[in-house]
Amino acid sequence: MYATPVQELIDELGRLPGIGPKSAQRIAFHILKSPAEDAARLANAVNAAKTRVTWCRRCFNFAETDPSADDGTGVECDICSNPRRDPSVLCVVEEPRHVVAIEKSGWFKGRYHVLMGALSPIDGIFAEQLRIKELLARIEAEGVSEVILCTDPDQEGSATAMYLVREFKHLPVKLKVTKVAVGLPVGSELEFADELTLTMALEDRREVS
Amino acid sequence: MSLYRDRGVVLRSYKLGEADRIVVLLTPEHGKVRAVAKGVRRPKSKIGGRLEPLSHVELLLWGGKELDIVRQAELAEPWHFLRRDLVHLSRGMAMAEAAEQVAQEGEPAEALYVMLVKALRTLDERPGPLVVASFYWKLLALDGAGPVLGSCANCGASPPAVSLVAFDIAQGGALCRACRRGEPLSPAAHELVSWILGGSLARALEVPASSTTAEVAHLATVSLEAHLEKHLRTARALEPA
Repeated sequence: MYATPVQELIDELGRLPGIGPKSAQRIAFHILKSPAEDAARLANAVNAAKTRVTWCRRCFNFAETDPSADDGTGVECDICSNPRRDPSVLCVVEEPRHVVAIEKSGWFKGRYHVLMGALSPIDGIFAEQLRIKELLARIEAEGVSEVILCTDPDQEGSATAMYLVREFKHLPVKLKVTKVAVGLPVGSELEFADELTLTMALEDRREVS
Repeated sequence: MSLYRDRGVVLRSYKLGEADRIVVLLTPEHGKVRAVAKGVRRPKSKIGGRLEPLSHVELLLWGGKELDIVRQAELAEPWHFLRRDLVHLSRGMAMAEAAEQVAQEGEPAEALYVMLVKALRTLDERPGPLVVASFYWKLLALDGAGPVLGSCANCGASPPAVSLVAFDIAQGGALCRACRRGEPLSPAAHELVSWILGGSLARALEVPASSTTAEVAHLATVSLEAHLEKHLRTARALEPA
């Protein structure tokens, strides 16, 4: 129906997550109607992200490639290479975007470890597919004294956290393992909380005086 | 397209878009239901916590063309211990995975629903090594593939004239030495499976973990996989390496 380049653009956009055929068509038309420099900037940004971004060799967060700093063993992300971050505390998350979410809070000053997913045998995701082996290796090698489990509070995230707790028990080092609290969101009202969240909030209660 | 009420167990869920999920439910009146739960991945969602896999919920759904929409969900029965232990959680998921394979969309599934709820309740209250295996054996029977255990499924010879030493669900059940094929079957495992399917389920569920319970669990998984012609990933993850 469309000229080949237009159809190819719609097809490629349609392969992106959350973009259906209608949205792909709308975005393609927007790009075609935009000035040539805007389209070129988008193409350059996609190209640059793809060629200059890789995984941090330490935590598996996104990291920018730097040929001058790469000694053949890979590069480190800004957080891992920052000497002001506390290397004794590791925050374990499922995805790189969770690093961004925690960084926005401004509270955490340690380092991260990205698992690249969560356990879900029903979907064919087992421990071997996640960066768990690398996490266990880091704990002793980097002198980590506390691990904060910050997986999603859903079934897969909880299963992953429980699995990690079991694995940590086999380590020959003394390790404090904590888990982010699950409870009521700030600004919400108690009566609208579901029973599971409320139960967990009560279980995770803390002494205030 | 209209609103309808039903009860259900959440068998699994998939992420959809930015903050939604597709939940697969097993309901007594509507069988397997696939429904969109909008905004449940947001922290302030009122129903997100109730639609986690294995939750037993009272539902108000809007019937759609392809996918229904969850309008309301209330917890029908809280599982207090099921989610706190990796093994129990995995066992629950193994049963949900099997139930999803058997249930059909739009076909009432009262018996399967009741069986799954009872199995999850048992897992929550007094988990034993044979909860999942018992569910699998009962599921086979419910699906019309209950094994022959009293005599050889191939030649019909009965003990004590012959010993039943093997098991093959494709042949119909236990097999004598002359007809043996499939998996080996010990006398103790044969007795345990007979208890599960012969009205002594409570007795079987009290049996402590042993090599016999592992054998019964393995036979149940192999048999159900052969019957469904599908690999049960969660059950396999539970088996010792």
